Amino acid sequence: MHEGSGAWQLVVSGDPALYAIVRLSLAVSLSAVALAALVGLPLGGALALARFPGRGVLIVIINAFMGLPPVVVGLAVYLLLSRSGPLGDYGLLFTPTAMVIAQAILITPIIAALTRQTVEDLWLEYRDEMNAMGVTPFARLATLLYDARIALVTAMLAGFGRAAAEVGAVMIVGGNIDGFTRTMTTAIALETSKGDLPLAMGLGLVLLAIVLAVNASAWGLRVFAERRIG
Amino acid sequence: MRFFMKLILAATVAFGAAPAQAQDKSIIVASTTSTQDSGLFNYLLPLFKAKTGIDVKVIAQGTGQALDTGRRGDADVVFVHAKSAEEKFMAEGFGVKRFDVMYNDFVLVGPVADPAGVKGGKDIVAALKIIDAKKAPFVSRGDKSGTHLAELALWKDAGLDPAANKESWYREIGQGMGAALNTAKAMGAYVLSDRGTWISFKGKDGLAIAVEGDAKLFNQYGVILVNPAKHPHVKADLGQAFVNYVISPEGQKDIAGYRIEGQQLFFPNAGK
Repeated sequence: MHEGSGAWQLVVSGDPALYAIVRLSLAVSLSAVALAALVGLPLGGALALARFPGRGVLIVIINAFMGLPPVVVGLAVYLLLSRSGPLGDYGLLFTPTAMVIAQAILITPIIAALTRQTVEDLWLEYRDEMNAMGVTPFARLATLLYDARIALVTAMLAGFGRAAAEVGAVMIVGGNIDGFTRTMTTAIALETSKGDLPLAMGLGLVLLAIVLAVNASAWGLRVFAERRIG
Repeated sequence: MRFFMKLILAATVAFGAAPAQAQDKSIIVASTTSTQDSGLFNYLLPLFKAKTGIDVKVIAQGTGQALDTGRRGDADVVFVHAKSAEEKFMAEGFGVKRFDVMYNDFVLVGPVADPAGVKGGKDIVAALKIIDAKKAPFVSRGDKSGTHLAELALWKDAGLDPAANKESWYREIGQGMGAALNTAKAMGAYVLSDRGTWISFKGKDGLAIAVEGDAKLFNQYGVILVNPAKHPHVKADLGQAFVNYVISPEGQKDIAGYRIEGQQLFFPNAGK
């Protein structure tokens, strides 16, 4: 384990700078998931249930936006939040808030697209019953989202994985400021450019471990929930 | 939209991230990858903070991009190294005043095996002519950074233009100094680097300085406060305090004191 020994030393010795970076990465990406879920879950659910002209086009667009290049999203958010941009007065560029916005935009299509598919599949099972009972559209949406909640955790994990792994957007809108907007991925990019490849690789392994831990907790929650529901 | 911004702000406040509106004593300095990658700011900024209580947030970009960040009003101070580009920035009215801060020099770095046979020379222009004649691989920053502009000026002095001629041995990577050194190492190529980044670069094995000491390799750094007349939100007082510090006798002494393995990386020359 020679390659990452520098990084493991930082982990073992409880290096405060490293822990601050890990904390920021988690706070930014989890906030982005929360924000994206707030938009993506109802949007995906509504797209699954509603029938309107242009629905197919919208679905194709949202599916395609799952592949949004982070650097393009970063650039767009940069231009929006720059002092010379339309939202410049808020002074949000180069702050964690800007990073949350960029990542939320990046992962909203992922959560919306996966939610649509999940809810649509479930809708096929529920349709006849709900039609017979005359359930209102809003109640249908709420029921389907609630009953699909365990599958939807996976959709949110997909979003989290994308957010935690990307570097292009947070680098541009956050600026990789030491102790303020430096995340795991931008720190890895920085150490690579300093030529300290072992430390960069080690930080990469730490990041993988964190993503693994988040997924493990989600899985644990799911198993726990399934047992309780029976 | 306004509701959404509030929601986003609330979300980040909840996570302990400082909202931008808070009147914290901090400024944003757009600077170059060489000052960050060489570790100068990690050394200098805590000294500045201890004296003034001001937090300096550094965005490390190439000189061209750093000046653009200043033009857009997204930084309070720019700290860069390409005098002609800085003077253009001043002429456009985006800066208050430009000050010399310090200098170091560029070095031509190449493979230890020295395939072009230019090692040990002092004449950078002659070395570039040999590299061109032998078609030895050469990595260019290609990112409008101060180092990139300096490199282009040297090729011009040599009467050559490998970038325009799309020479196959001339590779523009469009990345920072550290990345260019990594790439040169992997390709067995020559590359122009500022000495600060080279000294602090941790993956030197396989690379060595081929040419150094030419007067043409002089590398001047300058600092400019972004003009509050163009961008009213610029924190002029705090930014000016930073400018005053780096050109003060005290700040100059601090810059001279930054050493790696006994080697001084930057030589203060403010007001000279």
